[in-house]
Amino acid sequence: MTSTSVRRHRATGLVVLCAALVMTGVGYAAVSGTAEAAAPEASQQQVEQGRQLFLEGCATCHGLGAQGSSDGPSLIGVGAASVDFQVTTGRMPLAQPSNQAPRKVPTYTPEMVAALAAYVATLGPGPSIPSDSDLATNDANLAEGGTLFRTNCAQCHNFAGRGGALSDGKYAPNMMKATPREIYEAMLTGPQSMPNFTDATMPAEKKQAIIKYIAYLQSASDPGGLALGSYGPVTEGMFIWTAGIGILLAASVWIGAKVR
Amino acid sequence: MSITVKAAGAGVTYVDQRAPISSLLKANLRKIFPDHWSFMLGEIALYSFLILLLTGVYLTIWFKPSMTDVIYNGSFAPLDGIPMSEAYASALNISFDVRGGLLIRQIHHWAALFFMAAMMVHMFRIFFTGAFRKPRELNWVIGGSMILIGILEGFAGYSLPDDLLSGVGVRIVAGIVEGIPVIGTYLMFFIFGGQFPGSDFIPRLYTFHVLLVPGILLAMIGIHLVLVFYHKHTQYPGAGRTNTNVVGFPLFPVYTAKAGGFFFVVFGVTTLIAAFVTINPIWAYGPYVPDQVTAGSQPDWYIGFLDGALRAFPNWESVIWGHTISWNVFLPSAVMPGLLVTVLIIYPFIEAWVTGDKREHHLLDRPRNAPTRTAIGVMAISFYGVLVINGANDIIAQAFNVSFNQLTWFTRIGVFVIPPLMFIATRRFCLGLQRRDRDLLLHGRESGQILRLPHGEFIEIHTPISDEQKAVILSKIDVPVMALPVATDANGVATPKLRAKRRRARWSRAYFGDNVARPTAQELEEAAHHAHEAHAHEVHAHGAGELADAGKDH
Repeated sequence: MTSTSVRRHRATGLVVLCAALVMTGVGYAAVSGTAEAAAPEASQQQVEQGRQLFLEGCATCHGLGAQGSSDGPSLIGVGAASVDFQVTTGRMPLAQPSNQAPRKVPTYTPEMVAALAAYVATLGPGPSIPSDSDLATNDANLAEGGTLFRTNCAQCHNFAGRGGALSDGKYAPNMMKATPREIYEAMLTGPQSMPNFTDATMPAEKKQAIIKYIAYLQSASDPGGLALGSYGPVTEGMFIWTAGIGILLAASVWIGAKVR
Repeated sequence: MSITVKAAGAGVTYVDQRAPISSLLKANLRKIFPDHWSFMLGEIALYSFLILLLTGVYLTIWFKPSMTDVIYNGSFAPLDGIPMSEAYASALNISFDVRGGLLIRQIHHWAALFFMAAMMVHMFRIFFTGAFRKPRELNWVIGGSMILIGILEGFAGYSLPDDLLSGVGVRIVAGIVEGIPVIGTYLMFFIFGGQFPGSDFIPRLYTFHVLLVPGILLAMIGIHLVLVFYHKHTQYPGAGRTNTNVVGFPLFPVYTAKAGGFFFVVFGVTTLIAAFVTINPIWAYGPYVPDQVTAGSQPDWYIGFLDGALRAFPNWESVIWGHTISWNVFLPSAVMPGLLVTVLIIYPFIEAWVTGDKREHHLLDRPRNAPTRTAIGVMAISFYGVLVINGANDIIAQAFNVSFNQLTWFTRIGVFVIPPLMFIATRRFCLGLQRRDRDLLLHGRESGQILRLPHGEFIEIHTPISDEQKAVILSKIDVPVMALPVATDANGVATPKLRAKRRRARWSRAYFGDNVARPTAQELEEAAHHAHEAHAHEVHAHGAGELADAGKDH
């Protein structure tokens, strides 16, 4: 700072940035006026509870006003769906900084998650938590879901939803524990390295088809026997070099043993 | 009873008057083969091949090598109504609607993995025991070629169902062909009959997989076995076994029984594995569509080294006269395997040149007695192993929670560092074992019994090793190290081909310079004398009544 400049408060930049972001957000909401802006009827009390929980558990990284910091992204406009996904799956709060937040046992009860989601939803418009009708898969086509899954999901999550590696220690997680709501929210919000599949690019019916296919993968029996983790030929190769060749070597030692 | 014998005799006579079977059998049925479990490794490969032929025939009855578009309406619901190639639809049909189809498919695929793995283990045995030496070099060449052809055959086989995984593999192979400088694009169009994927490749691959390559393999296996018969089988060193005899059992009845039984063991184990463990779940991969791919797309293990090299190679490209040369594809996936297979196949000739050895070898080397060869083998295996591991780098990254970028760097460095380290370690290990052998011969085995002599000295009793063990250790051949040739001899005449001779002498020193010499007859004599003296000590000690139990076993 040069001597000619006027002394400013340290937080001026941050305040201006926040103000700008809030104004942009509010302005966008006013102009776009989509249904998304109408958050589910959250009581004032629930929002207040969420704000308290946020200040206790989230603000250290995401900032007091959820504006983000060097330790965590801004949560303004991420929507209730994002909060619900991250907190229900235990990914947030983060245990330690790492390449990626792993799925773990959730810290918050469902009521607390709902309160947090309600609070974050008030910060700016974003995707809301899918309703039960969004998650209804009765009419969805399983085979179409499979095609959509192989086109959009399998390149990272593997053909059987067992997950796969991404660059620099990041990964697409195993989907065997994901609930339909989590899958829907993940597609809607694109957590971590995942691209997001908005309703414009992937309509609700297609999301439902994918959910139906993943539910099938989670419950599918393996017609061929032990699936070796459904990781493809690597585990098959390991099997042949350990159990397979092992058994046949033992057999040849047995047959080749001299009878004394 | 006598009627049966008479009838059998008449049958034999009938056949014999038309084909000289009995004299052939008489000459060969009593042929002696040596006995060792490691001689049965090649049999595993042979029986796996027979299983492949049997199950393959069953599969051809229903498989349709056609790229015609069809809509699937079979019994596998998750793919119902999906458009796919007829090849994939028929593979699904075999899996779900043909009786026993899935089991046979899985036996076929597991047997293919067994075939390749058994060929490699068999090759390791041949290599480390020096069984490729004269007169068996040609059989080594045939064997090495069969591994290469087996890789191609395996690739063709798992590409045929036209599922998502195999389609990705075919795409990579198309890329490798395109990566060959100058002719690549033409070659790729020639093979695929146009742009990738086209509709010609699968039918062409089918002919290749079920007719051409099995025919070639069958012929090669035939020659391979005839040569084994002709050369007589090698044997491990031991008492009474020399380079000019074969100690063992007759082909009939001992080995016909053992080999016949072993076939059923291999078939049984393969069938059990196929019954309980999934392999290549094509239904889960879905049909191949060029814009789809699955995470963890891998080739079968025997092609993993190629994929590993491709994944590790830096992104080198150069543009010459407007044409891109993709070194990043060409070097790791065409040049590297080419060099590896070439070195593998010509190795017997390299070693023969270094040793200058023209003798026939029917007695196997113990790996420790050829330290440089053993070290080269371990080096090659570790090179291959590092690449195989990198071929699975994404699976390893996921399973062990590490970054696959780091794994790639591990491979880039490791592939140059680990094999030489393995070479050095193996060589030292072998030389250490040679020293121990020499020690065993000259001083016997440490019995662990300590004797106190009357004057207070403690000695440990060494017991001489058995004659069998002695014969095994004494089988070592000391290959003389070639002396460096002099530039000009005493008369001032320059040595002809000096540089070649020097090079060979240096190689000879590198190969054999550090070998521990076999004890001479005199040294053995002295050792025996020494042992006798020690025994005398012991007896003396006994006489003195000290340590009454010490010599009980002697």
